[in-house]
Amino acid sequence: MNIGQIIFILLFISVVYISVRLYTRIWRNIHLGKKERLRDQPGRRLKNVLLVAFGQKKMFKRFIPAIFHFFIYAAFLLTQIELLEILVDGFSGNHRSFAVSLGGFYTFVIGLIEILSALALIATVVFIIRRVVLRISRFQHPEMEGWPSKDALIILVLEFLLIFGIFTMNSADVVLQSRDIAGYPDTGNLPISGWLGPWLMGGAGTDFLIGAERFGWWLHMLVVFGFIIYLPISKHLHIFLAFPNTYFARLEPPGQMRNMEDIMNEVKSMLGMTEDAGSVDLAEELPNFGAADVTDLSWKNILDAYSCTECGRCTDECPANITGKKLSPRKIMMDVRDRATEIGHALDRNPEISIEHFDDGKNLFDRITPEEIHACTTCNACVEACPVLINPLDIILQMRRYEILTLASGPAEWTPMFNSMENTGAVWQVPDERIAWTKQDS
Amino acid sequence: MEVKTMAEMVAAGEQPELLFWVGCAGSFDNRSQQISRKLVEILNQASISFAILGNEEMCTGDPARRAGNEFVFQMLALQNIQTLNEYQVRKIVTICPHCFNTLKNEYPALGGHYEVIHHSQLLKSLLDEGRIKVKGDVFKGKKITYHDSCYLGRANGIYEAPRDVLEHLDNEIVEMARSRSRGLCCGAGGAQMWKEDEPGRKRINVERTEEALDTGADIIAVNCPFCMTMMTDGVKAKEKQESVMVYDISELILQNEP
Repeated sequence: MNIGQIIFILLFISVVYISVRLYTRIWRNIHLGKKERLRDQPGRRLKNVLLVAFGQKKMFKRFIPAIFHFFIYAAFLLTQIELLEILVDGFSGNHRSFAVSLGGFYTFVIGLIEILSALALIATVVFIIRRVVLRISRFQHPEMEGWPSKDALIILVLEFLLIFGIFTMNSADVVLQSRDIAGYPDTGNLPISGWLGPWLMGGAGTDFLIGAERFGWWLHMLVVFGFIIYLPISKHLHIFLAFPNTYFARLEPPGQMRNMEDIMNEVKSMLGMTEDAGSVDLAEELPNFGAADVTDLSWKNILDAYSCTECGRCTDECPANITGKKLSPRKIMMDVRDRATEIGHALDRNPEISIEHFDDGKNLFDRITPEEIHACTTCNACVEACPVLINPLDIILQMRRYEILTLASGPAEWTPMFNSMENTGAVWQVPDERIAWTKQDS
Repeated sequence: MEVKTMAEMVAAGEQPELLFWVGCAGSFDNRSQQISRKLVEILNQASISFAILGNEEMCTGDPARRAGNEFVFQMLALQNIQTLNEYQVRKIVTICPHCFNTLKNEYPALGGHYEVIHHSQLLKSLLDEGRIKVKGDVFKGKKITYHDSCYLGRANGIYEAPRDVLEHLDNEIVEMARSRSRGLCCGAGGAQMWKEDEPGRKRINVERTEEALDTGADIIAVNCPFCMTMMTDGVKAKEKQESVMVYDISELILQNEP
C-alpha cells in the first residue's frame, strides 16, 4: 500500500463520517415539521420526478438559464461514472481501473464526460458573468446580500476547479500514454484532452506530466469530497433534494387550501350539525392554530425549504414583489430553512432537550414580518414558477392562520369584512337584499 | 328580470338542471350585477332551467379562509353546504373564479360534492354546440386582450376555455407579455380586495393595467368580478377610461345594444 492510498482511505473515511453526521442533521431538521402522509398516487408522483426533476421541465420556461443549467446537470450526472473509477483507483492504488476492461465503451463514456464538462465549464463562466457582471436582477434582492451571494459564487468556483481538475488529469494522461510510460493504459482518442494535452503539455517533461496527472486527480477528488461536506451548509442541496421534493409535492389543485378539521368539527357542533352535540372535546387551553414556527409546519414545508437553491424565479413572478412590496417568496423559504437549522443547532448543543420541550423564545415571526405575509395575493405565481415544486404560498397561509386564529391580530381592515361575513353572510356590509340585482333589467 | 330561487322551484315541484351561484360581487357590486344579469340572459337564451339560492346564499368564505380566518370560513361553508344539500343541488355555475375554486375544491372536504363550472366553460360549450350565438357588432374592429384570473388559471389550470370563447368573435385578440401560467395577478386575491396594498412602489392593478395597455388593446376581457374592479380602477388611474373598456367575456358574446 502506498502513501497515496493511505491518505485517500483516511480522507474517504473522514468524509463519510462527517457527511453522515451532517446529512442526518438535515434529515432531523426536516422532521422537526409535523407528520403528513404524502404517498398516495405513486404513478403521478413518479411522473413529477421524471418530468420535473430528471427532465427539468419547469426550468425550460426560461430557455437561456435552462440550457446552461442543463449542461452542468448532465455533466454532474455522468461524472458519477468517472467518480466511481476514482474511488476504485483511490482504494486499489491502480490507475484507470475501468479502461482496459471496458475498452471502446470507456473511450465513449470518458469522451462524453469531457464534452459535457466543457459545456459545463462554459455554463459556469456564463453563470459567474450573470451574477457578477450582468448582475441579473433576481440575484440582487435584499435577502441575497452577504452569505447567500457568496455561497452561490463558492459553488461556481468549486465547479470550475472540478472541471479544471478533470482536464488537467486527462490531458497529462494522454501525453503520458503517447510516450509508452508503463501504468497508463490506452484511453482511446478523447475528444478534448486528445488535442488539448499535446497542445498544452506536448513538450513537457515526463516527471512534470506524472505530477500534473496526479495534481488533476487529487484536485478533482478533493473538490468532490469538499463539495459533499459543503452541500449541507449551502443552498446547493437541491442537487439531491429536488428528487424527493418533486415526489412528495402535493397533488391537489394549487387553489385548494387544506381543511382544518378541528375547527370544522368545532363549528359543526356550534351550529348544531353534529349528530351527538357536545361530543367535541374543547381543550382546556386554546390550541395553537396555524404556524408560528417550523415545528408547526409540515415536514414537506421544511423539505421545500432545504430544496430551495435561491434561484428567485418565485420572487421574480410575485406580483407583490414586482410592485415593490417587502414580500419575497424566496425569502420565506430561506427563513424557514434558516430557522430549522437554528433549532437544529440548539438541539445539537443541548442533546438532553427534546423538541417537544424546546423553546428559545423565538419563532418564524422573528424572521418573517406581518407586512410580508399580508402582501400576498395568493395568486400561486410563486408555486407555478418553482422548478422543483416548492410551495411558498402554503407557508404564508399557515402563518396567516396563526396570526388571525391564535394571535387574533392581522390587518385591521379585515375586521369589518370578517364581521360582515359572520353577521350577514355577505363579504360587504350592504343594506340590500341579496336578490336585489334581479329587480333590474340589464 | 325574473329569476327563480331554489325555494320557489321546489315549492312548484321543479328541480332545475343548474344552480347559478351568484356570489357576493355578482349580488352586490353594481358592475358585477350586470354580469349576473348577462348570465341569466345567456341561460334563458340556451333554454337551461336554473335557479339561484337568493337570500339563502352566503359568501363561500374564500376571503376569510385566505385571510387566515378558518372559523368564519367554516361557518359560512357549512351553512352553504347544508342549503345546497337540502336542495339536492348537483351542478353549479358561477361567474366568480374564487367561488368556483372554493365550491369545487374546498367544499368536498366539508361534505359538499357538486359538479362546478365557471361561466367561461359554460359559454364555451354553449357556443360550440350552437345553443347560443354571438349577438351584436358593437365591438367591431376593436382589439381585445384577455386577462387570466389566478383562480381560474394557475389555481385550476383553465387557460383555454375563455380564449376559445373569444375566438367566436371576429375581433383581433392580443396576448399580454405575461399570460396563461405566467399571467400577472390583478391584485385582489387573498383578501387584498378588502385592504390597502402594503407599502411599495406601485399598486398591482396599475402594473397589470399598464401591461394590458401596452398591447394597444381597446378592450380588456376578464372573467372575474374582482379582476373587473381592479382593471377598471387601473384604467381610470391611467386616465384611459375614454378609450379602453373592461368587459366580462360574457358581455362580449351577448352584447348590449349601444
